[in-house]
This record gives sequence, C-alpha cells and structure tokens, in this order.
Amino acid sequence: MLVFLIRRLVGTVPVLVAVSIFVFGFVRLLPGDPARLVAGPDATAQDVAAVRIELGLDGPLLQQYVRYMGQTLRGELGRSAKTRQPVAHEIGARFMPTLWLTVAAMAWALAFGLLVGVISGVRRGRWQDHAGMVMAISGISFPSFWLGLLLIDLFSVRLGWLPTGGYGDWTHFVLPSITLGAGVAAVLARFTRSAFVEVSAEDYVRTARAKGVPERMVVWKHTLRNALIPVVTMTGLQFGFLLGGSIVVETVFSWPGLGRLLIDSVSFRDYPVIQAEILLFSLEFVLINLIVDVLYAFVNPEIRLK
Amino acid sequence: MRTLRIVHLLYPTSAAPLSQTQALLDVQGLRVTFDTDRGPATVVHGLDLRVSAGETVAVVGESGSGKSVTALAITRLIDYAGGRITGGRIGFTDRAGVLHDLATETPEAMRRMRGPEIAMVFQEPMTSLNPVLRIGDQIAEAVMLHQGVGQAEGRAEAKRMLDRVRIPESASQLDRYPFQLSGGMRQRVMIAIALSCRPRLLIADEPTTALDVTVQAQVLRLIASLQRELEMGLIFITHDMGVVAEVADRVVVMRNGEKVEEGDVQRIFDAPEHPYTRALLAAVPLLGSLADQKLPVPFPVPDGPPPRPQDTVTDQPVLEVRDLVTRFDVRRGLFGRLVGRIHAVEGVSFDLRHGETLAVVGESGCGKSTTGRSIIRLEQPVGGTIRLAGLDVTRLNRSNEPLLRRAVQFVFQDPFASLDPRLTIGFSIAEPIHTHRLLQGPAVEQRVRELLQQVDLPVEHIWRYPHELSGGQRQRVCIARALASEPQVIIADEAVAALDVSIRAQVVNLLMDLQARLGVAFLFISHDMAVVERVAHRVAVMYLGQIVEIGPRQAVMGDPRHAYTKRLLAAVPVPDPRRRAYARDLDDSEVPSPLRAPSDMPTVAPLVQVGPDHYVARHHVGGLY
Repeated sequence: MLVFLIRRLVGTVPVLVAVSIFVFGFVRLLPGDPARLVAGPDATAQDVAAVRIELGLDGPLLQQYVRYMGQTLRGELGRSAKTRQPVAHEIGARFMPTLWLTVAAMAWALAFGLLVGVISGVRRGRWQDHAGMVMAISGISFPSFWLGLLLIDLFSVRLGWLPTGGYGDWTHFVLPSITLGAGVAAVLARFTRSAFVEVSAEDYVRTARAKGVPERMVVWKHTLRNALIPVVTMTGLQFGFLLGGSIVVETVFSWPGLGRLLIDSVSFRDYPVIQAEILLFSLEFVLINLIVDVLYAFVNPEIRLK
Repeated sequence: MRTLRIVHLLYPTSAAPLSQTQALLDVQGLRVTFDTDRGPATVVHGLDLRVSAGETVAVVGESGSGKSVTALAITRLIDYAGGRITGGRIGFTDRAGVLHDLATETPEAMRRMRGPEIAMVFQEPMTSLNPVLRIGDQIAEAVMLHQGVGQAEGRAEAKRMLDRVRIPESASQLDRYPFQLSGGMRQRVMIAIALSCRPRLLIADEPTTALDVTVQAQVLRLIASLQRELEMGLIFITHDMGVVAEVADRVVVMRNGEKVEEGDVQRIFDAPEHPYTRALLAAVPLLGSLADQKLPVPFPVPDGPPPRPQDTVTDQPVLEVRDLVTRFDVRRGLFGRLVGRIHAVEGVSFDLRHGETLAVVGESGCGKSTTGRSIIRLEQPVGGTIRLAGLDVTRLNRSNEPLLRRAVQFVFQDPFASLDPRLTIGFSIAEPIHTHRLLQGPAVEQRVRELLQQVDLPVEHIWRYPHELSGGQRQRVCIARALASEPQVIIADEAVAALDVSIRAQVVNLLMDLQARLGVAFLFISHDMAVVERVAHRVAVMYLGQIVEIGPRQAVMGDPRHAYTKRLLAAVPVPDPRRRAYARDLDDSEVPSPLRAPSDMPTVAPLVQVGPDHYVARHHVGGLY
C-alpha cells in the first residue's frame, strides 16, 4: 500500500511539470504584450519595462522558466495587477469559501446520487426507476445559472426563507450547493444505477441469494460494494467538474470564492492572479485524482494487495 | 391435466406430514417461462424429477436444454433471473418432515430454505465468489445467517468447512480474497459455502466444467464423499457423459426443455432408448477407443460410411521449433524491481510435418497456449528458433513476416469473442484475402463462397452477422477465415472446447476432413484427452512450461512413461459406470506455480528416447517430477 502511494505520488511529478510549463507558456503565448496591457495605455516605455521585469517577462525563455519555477516553489506568486496585494494573499482569502462550497455540493450530490441510483437499480423498469431517471436527466439538462436564479426567485424572493447570496452561516450554503451539485448528483445517480444493474447480473450476487442472504444485504453488502468501485472513479472526475461549475455558481450567488476571483481577474487581465489560479486548479485536480486512486485501492482488494 | 389433479390431491397446499415413501424432491409438470422482447418463451415444458435422500440424479443435456433453468427454478433463484414458474409443483420435504410446494412459497420462506435445506454450486468458480469479501467471511455469512451464531463461531465453522473441503492451511486462507486463489480452490470454497449449513439437497450446476481434468477428479471425489457423509440428495447438472458415468445413480436426459429419457445410470449407458440419448453417447469421445489404431480416425457419423483413418502425414517438416523460451517478468515495488519470472515456455522443441496433427496437452498454466502464441508472435519469445518450411522466422523482418502471417493461422477457443460483431461473416472471411493481396475484385467474393462451402456453411451466411449464428457455426466461420490465406499450419487453441458434444464431434470431423483435402498441419492445443485421441497423430504433454513427453499418440496414451502423463490420463472421467473409479488414488495437491525467483532457473534437459519417435523427460521438472 505504501509503495503504491509513493509510486502514485512520484507519478504526479511529470504532470505537475507539464502543468507548470502550460501556465508559464499561457501568458507568453497570448497575442499582444502582456506587460503593456498590465501597465496601461498611458504608460511610458520605462513603465512597461519595469512591469515586464516585475512579471518576469525579460530575458531568454529558459531563464524565465527557471526563475518562474523557483519563485512558484517558494510560494512567491507575484502581486495582483489590480489590487497590488500579493497573489497568495488574494487566493488564500478565497480558498476556503470555494472549498466548503464544493465539499457541501459533493456531499449532498453523493448522498442523493447513490440513493437514487441504488433505488433505480433495485426497482429497474418500475415507476421508482423512471422517476429517478427523469430527475437525473433534468439535473443534467438544467444550466446551473438558470437553476440558481429559479431557486433564488422561489426560496429567497417569494418565500424569503434563504438569503439570495453572499457567504455566511449554513443558510447561505443551501442554495449555492444545491445549484452546484445538481448536475453531479444526476450524473452519479445514472452512473450508480448502471453500475448497480451490471453488478446485479454477476454470478456472485446469485451466490449470495443461493445461500439465503436477505435481499437488503444482497443490495447493500454484495451488490453496492462492488458497484462502488467505478463510482469512486466517477466521483473524482466530478469533483473537477464542480471546480469548473463554481465559477458560474459563485457569480450567481456573489460567493467570495476562487471562481469569482477568476472571472474578475480575467476581465481585468490580471495575469499573475490568472496564472496562479490555473496552477491551483490543476494542483487540485492532481490531488483529487491521487485521493481517488487511494480510495479505489481501498474499495478494491485486488489493487490494494498487489 | 389429469395427472395434475391427482397431484393436487396428494399434496394439499398447506404443509403435510412426512410419509415414508416421499421423495426429498418431487417435481411434477414444471413449466418455466421467460418474458422476452418477443413475448413469453417457455424453456421448460412439464418436467418431472424425483430425488431421494442420498441419491445422485444427473441431469444431462446440451446448451438450451433447460437443465440450468430447472435448477434455478427449484431454488426459485429464477425469480431474480427474469423467469417465472408457469406450471407444475415442486414438492420438497424439509428437515422437519414438512412438505412444501416451492413453486408457490413466498420469497422470504424460500430465502430461509436456501442454505440449510437446498444449496447450490455453480459452474464458474472464477466469478461466483464476491471479489471484495474475504472467503472466510463469505462462508461465515451463511453460517451466521441460518444458525444464528456470532462472528467468532461463524469463523470457526468456516475454518472447519475449509478443512472439510481439504484446503490446506485453512486458518490462513480465511483472510484471503477470491482473486488470490486458483479456480480449483475457489470451487472448493463454493462447495464449503454450499455445505456449511448441511443442506438436504445439493444442486451442482456443471461444477467441474471450468476446471482442469485433475482438479475435476479431485472436486468430483470431494462432492461424492461429502454427499455420503451428509446423506444429501444431489442433482448433478452436466453435459459431460464421462462425469455422469462417474457420479450418477440415475440419469435424466433433457432436450429443448423436455425430459427425453430417464433411467438407472447403467441402463442409460448400456441400452439408451431415445435416439437423442444414443446420439449424445455416440458423440462422446471415449478415451481408449482408438487404443489399437495407429492413426487418428474421425467420429463415426450415424448412418454414414465408416470413417477412414487419417493417413495424411508426410516426412517433410513444415514447422521446426527449437528450444523455444517465453518468460514473463514480474516486477514489483517502487522501482519495478524484478521479483520473479513466469516460465511459461521453457526449452520447447518439436517438429510439425505437413498434413500432421500434433496435439499439445496439459492443464491451465502449463504453457501450451503460450507456445502457440509465441510461434505467431502474439507473445515475444526470449529464446529459441522457429523455422517455417525451412525459412528462419525467429526474427521477423519485412520479408519473412508476411510469409509467417500467411502460412500460420490461428483458431481461438471462444468463437463468440473472436469475430467482430459489427462485421458480416463475409467481410471477416475476406479480410485475410485482402490483407495478403491474394485476390482482387469479384474473385474475392467467389473465394469466400468457396470457403463457406468448405466448412459446410450455407453461402447465404456471407451477409449475416455473428450474433445470428450458433456457437458451432461461428467456429466454422473462424475456421474458414483461417483457411482464407491458404495456410500450411493452423494453430487451434482449445478450438472445440466451448462447443456442445455433438457440435464438437462435427467440428473435429471438419478439421480432419480439411486436413485430408488440403494437407494442412494442425498444432492442436487442448486439455481434452479424449478429443486428442481422435485427432492427433502425435501428442506432446506439457507441464510447467516444458514438454515432458512427446511421441506417437498410440505410444503416449497407451504406454505413458512420464508420471505426469499418467496422472493426467488417470484423471479423465471414463464414460462407463462400471469402471467408476472411487478407489482411484488421487492426490489433492495443486500444480506448482511456474512463477520462480529471478535467480532460480528451472532445470531443462534434452528428452530421452524410450521408443520409436517417443521421448520422455528424465530430469526433474518442477515440484513434483
């Protein structure tokens, strides 16, 4: 297990290097001179040169990359062109709200998706299955900005039960996390259902029934435990989807998170922040995949013991 | 209808007291129906079946006969497989002497009976155990459910069951997962689960079909001894008449969902009444039936001319294999350190002559398939030489690779998996003709028609898709595809193993007929000694990657010299109930693993001649010999 973990960790290094090259190249490959853009239309040639040095855009490419990597590894991500605050500080303040939103969305999406998936799988072909799958299709088809606006209209404006947006106590979490998780819940429900149906046809499920295992345990112990193996992988992929979705949802609910920061910095062409955010998103992806692999080994003894 | 009414009087719907004459199981007029897209399809039509305590009833039939469905109906597992019981009664007398009609029992009552009253063992040990649960827990689960004991007692009982099914070091096996066990061991675990609650009726559905012949013998003997110990009724479902002769007291022959014949095992083998039973028995290859024949002989065809011996061998070798070695590295740890090698093929040498069939026999993992795959480079050998019609093809290059690919063709075991489901039969057969640029334009279609005729398929099949064909027909298509490039050698890897007995006989005859007409040589890889006796001019026995005995078929099978050859032949079930071999001494040992440490090289030595063209290993091969 330890060897597996170490090997998996080592395997992320090339991915991280590739990501860093991409992020590094991103600013340099854009049309136009980023230094001039950042410095503004009225800047003198001297100002532009100063900004160029600040952005690390002077000197040969290789030298630039080495410098960039050195700074990144030390956590020096530069200063925001907009607020002049250190980028690390900007991102740090927004990180937790986004993380909590994502976790909340994933938590209910998993609970809902697994439950609906299993019920649909057990009752396949009957009304529970059809109802579950209609919900799932709807969840996938609703654009999240629209779902968000509908929920705000109903629960905040008409009923006045929940705040329309902003970050605060648990009431602030309800609508954004539902909006963000709806698509994922739907995907997980469908995926769990198909995995469950597939496993139901396995010989060992028949074996369980042949030894007189009660139907409840056939479902939760013998079938679901095996059906979870592909679901774990899918959940990891969906986490990435949530990160992307948070950009829209945070805008709709004025959530002070990374997604909105990204939108703001893109409209302001705040290159240091954009660069750092892309790097962070990529890191999160790599980390999630790592966790998924470990979880995968945990649910599948064949991986764990080899 | 009349019989049904009488039955109704005999068995009132509520429980009835036990009478002395009552059978353990008394199935009357059973009908089972599946709901399909095209409407209901009845697959068992009015079956009667009786089993008494301590009795073994073999239910025999080919695929589609309804024998497995009958088993699922008795346990009512059919409810979960999309079928329903649409007629008849399943009388079953439980431990307390209460009579039930299983056809109308509630699901919960059936659940309580599955395990302590009726248990099942299935065909596929590789997929019948839950992959994420430890085997100890899987056995203990049944014990805890039905005997109401706790975890510790359940586990102790699981260990006792593992001892009972003779799994060595049972205490340490409890915590292992199914993937860590061999097929034979898994089937023992399945038997342990089935017997853990001391059922009164055991239904074994092809329990040994997926196992090697020596393992099959062990498992059959195990089931028989446990049956006597527990005085169980046993329904043994199989397609293999050899196994029937080995285990059954009474035999029920089924076809298309109906019972065609029933009788005492001796009577069925001595004087089969129904034409289907006779045909079934005629198609069973009987090991030893060609003992006094030097050459292979095709299966006799009912009402046909007597088959002619296969005198097709020339002196000219077409394939010469010398010291072939194929190993697979096993790497582990952080830096992929080499921790062992699987010595799949170790120093294998043989010649294959034009028009000859050389059978390569042995059990799973002995390297027989890898040998075939190495010759056509589906695996990369690490040593040795391969010559094809005198040309060295050990190292493939631009000039000799097309020659090898054209002259050597392969027919695989599974005709379902080896045809592309999205291509027509005609397209699949034409592909080698296009690849090797043998013909152009309309001549291709002409040739495909010719090939279909050669394998006795109607030419209209050219536009069909694989799913429209039966297994036997698909295997004929695979043979036609192999013939398309006009090969000199066909490697047939268990090519008839997946087919029903009667179809198997036909396909074997087809192969022999093609050999007689085209002079093609076969490398016939098989685990089935009785089929090998029919087709092979010479036999090579493989064990742990090495050929331990090779020679003329008559010599190797009639006068085996190597201990492993003897063991292999002794384990083959004989389709003659009089020669039942309860007393046959079989060891419960497993074949040692071909996985060895990197520094631990197996001993390889030249074989020693013991007769004309008959060679045997005299050096120590593996753990046993």
